[in-house]
Amino acid sequence: MALNNFLILSAFLFCTGIYGVLARKNAVLVLMSIELMLNAVNLNLVAFSAFNSPTQSVRQAASGQVFALFVITIAAAEVGVGLAIVLLIYRNSRTADLDQLDEMKG
Amino acid sequence: MLNNAWLFPAIPALSFLLILFFGKRTPGKGAPIGIIALGSSFVLSIVAVVQWIQRVDDATGHSQGLRALGRGVFAGESSSHGEAVVTPVVHSFTWWQNAGISFGVGTRVDGLVVMMLFVVTLISLLVHVYSVAYMHNDIRYTHYYAMLSLFTASMLLLVVADNTLQLLVGWEGVGLCSFALIGHWWEEGVNSAAALKAFLTTRTGDIGLMIGIIIMFFAAGTFNITGTNVYALSKGADHTLLLAGATCLFIGVIGKSGQFPLHTWLPDAMAGPTPVSALIHAATMVVAGVFLAARMYPVFFKGFSIGAGGMNFMAITGGITIIIGAVLAFVQRDIKKVLAYSTISQIGYMVMALGVGAWTAAVFHLFTHAFFKALLFLGAGSVSHSGSHHSFDMKNDMGGLRKFMPVTFWTFMIGTAALCGIFPFAGFWSKDEILVTAGASGFDAFLVVGLIGAFLTAAYMTRCVYLTFFGEYRGHGHPHESEPLITVPLIVLACFSILAGLVNAAPLGVEKFKQWVEPTFVFPQLVHPEFDYPKAGLSLFIALLGIGIAAYFWFQKEELGPLKGLTQRNKAAHAGYTFLENKYYIDYLYEDVIVAGIKGPMARGAYWFNQNVIDKVVNAFGAGAVKLGRFTYNTIDQKGIDRAYDGVAEATGDAGGLLRYFQSGRVQRYALLLFGAVGILALALLIANS
Repeated sequence: MALNNFLILSAFLFCTGIYGVLARKNAVLVLMSIELMLNAVNLNLVAFSAFNSPTQSVRQAASGQVFALFVITIAAAEVGVGLAIVLLIYRNSRTADLDQLDEMKG
Repeated sequence: MLNNAWLFPAIPALSFLLILFFGKRTPGKGAPIGIIALGSSFVLSIVAVVQWIQRVDDATGHSQGLRALGRGVFAGESSSHGEAVVTPVVHSFTWWQNAGISFGVGTRVDGLVVMMLFVVTLISLLVHVYSVAYMHNDIRYTHYYAMLSLFTASMLLLVVADNTLQLLVGWEGVGLCSFALIGHWWEEGVNSAAALKAFLTTRTGDIGLMIGIIIMFFAAGTFNITGTNVYALSKGADHTLLLAGATCLFIGVIGKSGQFPLHTWLPDAMAGPTPVSALIHAATMVVAGVFLAARMYPVFFKGFSIGAGGMNFMAITGGITIIIGAVLAFVQRDIKKVLAYSTISQIGYMVMALGVGAWTAAVFHLFTHAFFKALLFLGAGSVSHSGSHHSFDMKNDMGGLRKFMPVTFWTFMIGTAALCGIFPFAGFWSKDEILVTAGASGFDAFLVVGLIGAFLTAAYMTRCVYLTFFGEYRGHGHPHESEPLITVPLIVLACFSILAGLVNAAPLGVEKFKQWVEPTFVFPQLVHPEFDYPKAGLSLFIALLGIGIAAYFWFQKEELGPLKGLTQRNKAAHAGYTFLENKYYIDYLYEDVIVAGIKGPMARGAYWFNQNVIDKVVNAFGAGAVKLGRFTYNTIDQKGIDRAYDGVAEATGDAGGLLRYFQSGRVQRYALLLFGAVGILALALLIANS
């Protein structure tokens, strides 16, 4: 298995995420797309950590994995907050459609 | 106490501040503070008197060796007389120095000062007590007490001063307090006008005083009073300078002590509360001028050549004042104005006495006069307070009061007897001493003036007593005796009016006053005649004659026939009466001739100057300012500044218009921008790295 395979998969996932964020109208789906992008990043981190060079120490080798764990934790928190916001928005305006929400217009 | 004389002005000054800041909140509204302060000052002044008497006794007892230091050396005369020298107690330090001239502050205590301290603190204390009843429920009660304290502080500062500048500070201080207290009831225009008149008239004299102080400074090279006196008595003194200095100083005396021709303010000053008239305009402040002349006597003595026995400015002024004051007292309806003219006349005696070399007699008269004139004023206050419903008009609101107010009546009678110079009351001894010394020093003309004055005094006081206390009650109130707060000060002063003369009763062999008060240090040689029984008898006879004639005129009116209503029927007599009613037209001279004469041309000149100089300058400034303003508006403001601001605003608006397209409020557009920017950056990075 070569590193490139992982990177291609990661890039595919990331682009899918971007597409979802920019194109979907439903706020929940946008949040899910953000999760996709985060997981793409995680995949990158773990892949670079696994395909290490022979000179690095154990600690340096483990840092990529640990970083991925942190990102997962923060993603969980983020999606919690995000879903709460979406819930409130829906409750207030009876829609979760992002096209309809432009109250922050300048 | 002689060494700590600064306490005398300090205690009432402290009391002034306490009353001013805390008076309204303390019980008694400030009066107890003033009474306690003056009470302690009075006790201290008694201590000072005792200490000074001891000092004099010690010096005359066993310090004969000091004698040579005294007047003999400075006056260049032989010191063959057997008196020892009693030096004053001086404490002074340099306040500041400039160009080699030092300005000191300090205290200089001698017999004269100790006497003044006693008189001022005693009368001020009695007036403080009296005012508790007299000023009861007054609208500015606390303020009144504060000003009384400030007055006492200024007067004591003046008394203990060891240099002329410090004396001037006290002098102006008492003038200020006099102004404030005359105008105490300033809601009535008459009162505030009287206050202003008093202030401005005395200020006219003060200009003379200031010039005199400056002249004496340049003559003697010091402001120190002892130094100035030493210079005046030294052989090298310039007589012209001394004459000029003494004349200018004497103008200050004329203003302050109500001497002719600046006496016009004193009767008007009666607009103030009566206790104030007793304290300030009878017993203490108006004699400040006499005190000054007594203090710097060597200057006057040498300047006016009093020792030579000729006519001089001082004696003539005093003599004129005795007569004009006494004559005006006859035509007054207001009891306080009678007493005011009497004060003018009596101070005339003191000034005349100083002018004829009777220093001790003058100061002695100051001493006794303070008691009996304060007594008379406080008596008049008592009459108006309880007898005539707050009026001072003798003809309409008084009469027959002796039945209702026995204490006031008897004390007033004692004061009158003392003022008229009836044996053995205080005034007899002092007035007699003036007359005897005037005769013995070769001033016979002034002896005659003094005797005429004594006659007139006795007569107008008889009229005043008759109108107030005898006959039928003409007022509309319910006369009754005043409360003890008023009568007790009257009784105390009556005791002094009886007894004070005895400290210098020559025929009884008592000359303590002369021994204790007359300076022996730096002082000219004066004539001290023996007691003269014929002259004393003559003056007593003349006083009794005055009382007799006046009593005949007033008490026996019905039988008088041809004399009754003379001023209404006889043209000459009526003219004389009108002349007196108008106070010799001196006020008209001042107000309508001098003031108006200066005022008119000055006003016209000022108007011309205003129209032609000041207005043109102002107009030119205005026109220039308009042109400048127009230029600024059109060019700088409109074209410069406004354009710049408009430009900034437009640019901001345009930028905002552009930017608002990006602020759509849609999350996904923002995200698109974000990712687009990242993509562009990544592309740029790629290109840059390849």
